[in-house]
Amino acid sequence: MLPDNLPSDLPDSIGAMRRMTPVRLCAYTLVNALGPGREATLTALRKQASGLRPCDFLDVDIPTWIGRVDGVESEPLPAALRSYECRNHRLAFMALQQDNFMAAVAAAVKRHGAGRIAVIIGTSTSGILETELAYRAREPSSGRLPHNFRYRQTQNTFAPADFIRTALGLEGPTLTISTACSSSAKVFASATRMLEAGWCDAAVVGGVDSLCNTTLYGFNSLELVSDEPCRPADQDRKGISIGEAAGFALLERRGTDGDEYPALLGYGESADAYHMSSPHPDGLWAAAAMRQCLTRAGLNPNDVDFTLLHGTATRTNDSAEDHALVNVLGENAPCASVKGFIGHTLGAAGIMNVLMACICMEEGFTPASLNTRAIDPAFKSRIMLEPEQRNLGTVLTNAFGFGGSNASLLLGWPARLQP
Amino acid sequence: MNSVLVSGIGLMAPGLHGWTASREILAGIVPHEPNECPKPTGTCLRAAERRRATSVTRLALDVASEALGNTPPSSVTSIFTSSGGEVEIIHGIFDQLASEDRRLSPTAFHNSVHNAAAGYWSICSGSHHSADSLCAYDDSFATGLGEALLRCACGEQDVLLVAVDLPPLFPISEFRPITQPFAVALLLNPSIESAKLARLKGHYVSASPGSDDLDEPGLESLRLANPAARSLSLLMAIAAGRQKSLNLGYGMGGSLMIEIEPCN
Repeated sequence: MLPDNLPSDLPDSIGAMRRMTPVRLCAYTLVNALGPGREATLTALRKQASGLRPCDFLDVDIPTWIGRVDGVESEPLPAALRSYECRNHRLAFMALQQDNFMAAVAAAVKRHGAGRIAVIIGTSTSGILETELAYRAREPSSGRLPHNFRYRQTQNTFAPADFIRTALGLEGPTLTISTACSSSAKVFASATRMLEAGWCDAAVVGGVDSLCNTTLYGFNSLELVSDEPCRPADQDRKGISIGEAAGFALLERRGTDGDEYPALLGYGESADAYHMSSPHPDGLWAAAAMRQCLTRAGLNPNDVDFTLLHGTATRTNDSAEDHALVNVLGENAPCASVKGFIGHTLGAAGIMNVLMACICMEEGFTPASLNTRAIDPAFKSRIMLEPEQRNLGTVLTNAFGFGGSNASLLLGWPARLQP
Repeated sequence: MNSVLVSGIGLMAPGLHGWTASREILAGIVPHEPNECPKPTGTCLRAAERRRATSVTRLALDVASEALGNTPPSSVTSIFTSSGGEVEIIHGIFDQLASEDRRLSPTAFHNSVHNAAAGYWSICSGSHHSADSLCAYDDSFATGLGEALLRCACGEQDVLLVAVDLPPLFPISEFRPITQPFAVALLLNPSIESAKLARLKGHYVSASPGSDDLDEPGLESLRLANPAARSLSLLMAIAAGRQKSLNLGYGMGGSLMIEIEPCN
């Protein structure tokens, strides 16, 4: 059922939108506050165990909870990658080493050649923690940064894409997308266009964002940081818990014969054109992005089995997103936010939702919206408070960012779709 | 991939104050005389947003507006590309965080994101189409152009590419020598009857570009002084109305092969 109050200029057919060929996730890996690898995330999702903890990051003096990844400090990069040394790349490298991901990429290199595999990475923080620390260590009389500061390999926004390409030995089109908290959802759209144009045969997409003072003090200045573990969609939600994470996927239009992989069926991108740091209160353009997903997938709203929300637990995001979801899927569409598990991982949030959608589809369950106690009575979607065993054919995921940047992705099983 | 029409260009750099004023310089008819850029205005923004917008954002929006001409801004899909992003704001945040009082200004924080210019552009243009924001270090221009061409290949019209960088402040400036301001915007694949400046076709090659030196020493030093100025060889070919193949650095390791066809 669709409400009839859609704005007439809703761009659900932006451009000459065509149905897209599904893009398979032939391998993936992730690390977040739940631990390294797919198994750690799966176990915690099933057991409803949160990775959030009271903020113990450096000397940060904000009363808040964070989704910090254990062991980053004690795992330096290997010698060959030493010039990239920083927290952001350590997190990325930790993820690369899980779930046989590097072996899957090496096999793809054999099939296609290193020059035919693109690298598209989303980040908002890049390695700016290094620069924050370097500014604290400025030479007092001259104000200069320590001589061993490496701007290009750490702070620059391109650094994560450069690092991943180097670590994996890839030579295809390489770029970073940085649209705040939608960054690592948009990488899937970019990779799809590149695959369609034949610029590559496969793509490593991903997202990595790490804890730093800029985001902790920055979101605190906007009064968007909760002093308790974040409570998405709760009537008493008080804001976000900032987390860190890295996740990567190997995308191909065709998988290895005989294997079934979850796939990207559709993507949607839009802009609120409303405010730099607040979403459009009615979620109109978030709804437009979701609708584009369905159009590109050739599916209808009732084909969506579940939605993983952006669900940051700010007053405005969750309310706007509920409006958007009801606008597109109707009332009572089942959905959950995973932010209560891992926090808001900012530039990595998009791919965290995608990979958790894959895990849930593969394992046949829907996660609970952890920490949600009393659902906001104004909300009309069905926020799931308990995990449920359920076969999932499709999962819609959302990621929204500063600057009004919206991205939605629809995951599903391509083999089970009607041709 | 079909060729794509370039229907508008915006430009601001030392001695290149707008595309119209710069065409003869870039075509080699009038000598290039480097002088200071006028302060970016951000004229397309409403007063409230203009007060908050940074120099990087204003400069980006100035060239975007020039490239757009009469195209209705609300139909535009945009791709912003920059190596350093909001260099001035970011420096201020690092300075603040290294001081005793680490509290940040909320406006400074939301202005610090790499997609700040893209966000302000959406607000002032009223376009609900995607506004992307990319980075590929010194190759940010051609990498952004590649993204723009890929969007055109998907049938999207009125695709706007904006490449911008400002010199970072001390002390980061010692580690990132971007020494001149430069901003350029291209409007591709217009939906309405528009100027026809050139047609472009491009594809990715997984090998570094060869030497791309410009003959004119002043423009060559500008090209090397800012990642957005890596667009100069393309702009010069368009200004001269020349058919040309260019190999521009893409993703710091590959290149974008560009075929430029004049329209007249």
